[in-house]
Amino acid sequence: MAIVAPPEAGPTAARQPPSAAAQPGAAGRSWARRLGGYAVTPALLALAAAALYAYVSSHALDNVERRSLNSEYIATRAVQHVELTLAVTALVILIAVPAGILLTRPLTRRVAPLLVGIANIGQAVPSIGVLVLFALVIGIGPGIAIAAFVIYAILPVLRNTMVGLQQVQPSVIEAGRGMGMSKNRVLAQLELPLAVPVVLAGVRTALVISVGTVALATFVNAGGLGDIINNGITTNRAVVTVTGSVLTAILALLVDWVAGIAEDLLKPRGL
Amino acid sequence: MAENSPATIPVRGPTMIRLEQLEKRYPGQDRFAVAELNMEVPEGEIVVLVGPSGCGKTTTLKMINRIIEPSGGRIFLEGEDVTAANPDRLRRRIGYVIQQVGLFPHMTVAANIATVPKMLGWDRARIASRVEELLELVGLEPARYRDRYPKELSGGQQQRAGVARALGADPPVMLMDEPFGAVDPIQRQRLQDEFLRLQREIKKTIVLVTHDIDEAIKMGDRIAILREESRIAQYATPTEILANPANEFVEEFIGAGSAVKRLTLTRVANVPIGSWPTIDATADDHQLLEVFRGTEKDFVLQLDQQHRPTGWLTRQTAYHRNLPRQPLAIVSTVTPQATLLDALNAMLRTNSTCAVVVDQSNTYRGTLDFDSIHLLVQRDVRKERFSEEGAAPAGEQKPVAESRDDA
Ligand SMILES: Nc1ncnc2c1ncn2[C@@H]1O[C@H](COP(=O)(O)OP(=O)(O)OP(=O)(O)O)[C@@H](O)[C@H]1O
Ligand SMILES: [Mg+2]
Repeated sequence: MAIVAPPEAGPTAARQPPSAAAQPGAAGRSWARRLGGYAVTPALLALAAAALYAYVSSHALDNVERRSLNSEYIATRAVQHVELTLAVTALVILIAVPAGILLTRPLTRRVAPLLVGIANIGQAVPSIGVLVLFALVIGIGPGIAIAAFVIYAILPVLRNTMVGLQQVQPSVIEAGRGMGMSKNRVLAQLELPLAVPVVLAGVRTALVISVGTVALATFVNAGGLGDIINNGITTNRAVVTVTGSVLTAILALLVDWVAGIAEDLLKPRGL
Repeated sequence: MAENSPATIPVRGPTMIRLEQLEKRYPGQDRFAVAELNMEVPEGEIVVLVGPSGCGKTTTLKMINRIIEPSGGRIFLEGEDVTAANPDRLRRRIGYVIQQVGLFPHMTVAANIATVPKMLGWDRARIASRVEELLELVGLEPARYRDRYPKELSGGQQQRAGVARALGADPPVMLMDEPFGAVDPIQRQRLQDEFLRLQREIKKTIVLVTHDIDEAIKMGDRIAILREESRIAQYATPTEILANPANEFVEEFIGAGSAVKRLTLTRVANVPIGSWPTIDATADDHQLLEVFRGTEKDFVLQLDQQHRPTGWLTRQTAYHRNLPRQPLAIVSTVTPQATLLDALNAMLRTNSTCAVVVDQSNTYRGTLDFDSIHLLVQRDVRKERFSEEGAAPAGEQKPVAESRDDA
């Protein structure tokens, strides 16, 4: 075979450049975009709060209205509201995350559908129903409110913990076990960190749900922004009702915003 | 025949892994996934388990580190019965590489590689230097890749990091399940070559699973061809299997064209490498003209100061003096570890009639052209035909080369 063609005909397959994996600029740019994104929500919420203030100020408030619409009253209710929300969410995490871990272990996996079903019912029953039921059976007060709201908010965290653990690549677990990591080590060092983003999404949902349901705490004398709404309704003062409702909505969005930032910060790198 | 074949194998080194009457039956299954397997893996060798899909290769492999617990039989590691040993401690002595790699996505490459050393309680300095050493070993520049996350690596780089991780605490044994299965053919060949070079340094005892007979022939010091229920159809060196398939199953499995397959057995290093006219990159036009006068070829190979090929110069270049030289890119290079089949593939892929042989540091070693490969194949085919007609005794049916050492 005589060589008539060039030994290597043409630039057919120029050798592949070494794969360029991480682009240094990309991370920085996405952070800048993210910071911009972070600023939007508080700006809009500040606008809403300003609008609310203008609306209330344009009214000549009577005595009844002034009892609810003064800064001290509003501040205490808001703080109560946040406290209740945080207490509910903390309890939800303390219960749902371990439960989610247990329900995804081989031995207990079989009872998982049953418990998820029960948690489903907890959420399907109207929260006011759960609350009233608890109040009738046990009594009134913040403790009861918290217990009832925990039941209501537990499902998203439980479900996300389970999904988060189940979506971990089997090959990652197999590699870990194959290198001699014990089951507990695989859980602590591989499964849980890899489930964190999904679990956090569930916690965020639970937080937002709780801000809403805590507004009902007023019915068992547990305070919160619900007091303002309730005052407005019972005294038939629209401006009070509107203020309470809008404040609750602003708080919910604010909590969601903070949770979103926390989610981004707590997510393990590399995912 | 199949059952007693392991006993008849001349074992070169001391036995590293011994499987005795090993079997596995999955719950609710009436067939064995692995039935009465007896096998010895000599120290420092690559033993390849190959066979059709579902024949029990993976099950067999995973019973060695007890990811799958056997339902019967015994496993010996370095003479020690580990059938009932603590599985976690056992696994830290055995490197494990899987097709999906399974790097931990939330840990850096360095942290991934440090997994086993950390569990063994090494101090930080020792771990750091080990990580460095392993990254070098698998060809990932430490400064560049140490702190990357797995998703920031290409598929081939991930596979290398996976191998480095498996070598973490320098285990004597490595188990690999289709380790080169998840990358494209070009990458695969490169990883295979690299791995063979690596193995010459580390001399691990390796059990490798594949369903690709070509990969088995290329990688294996020994091949176990398995049929259903992981029964051994033949356990022998690649040469032996190609020359004397033990039965019809093996014959069918290695398939047609065993002459071509034998190309897989021969390394570029083991065949006479041709030479090509070369020229220094710094040579002047006059020297270039001289070189072309002395040859009939229309191309000469340009080498740089370190003797690394940098491109082809055409005859025309020599006639058009004073023009800047623009060498044509070299597209098919092979290393001495590559098989003749790899070389042939490289030529076919790039539509060229010769491949440039370079060593690890990219230094020019010679060229391998189509004709010489063609000649080798023809010689083999002729031999095969003779032996079929009974003209030549079977004993003479030697493959081209079986030595694995570099000349
Ligand atoms: N977990 C399991 N449960 C039940 N049967 C299984 C299980 N894993 C494998 N098997 C069966 O055992 C046999 C051997 O499977 P194995 O995975 O070892 O095959 P393989 O040779 O690795 O195949 P492949 O080349 O497709 O990977 C198959 O018939 C398979 O269906
Ligand atoms: Mg398999």
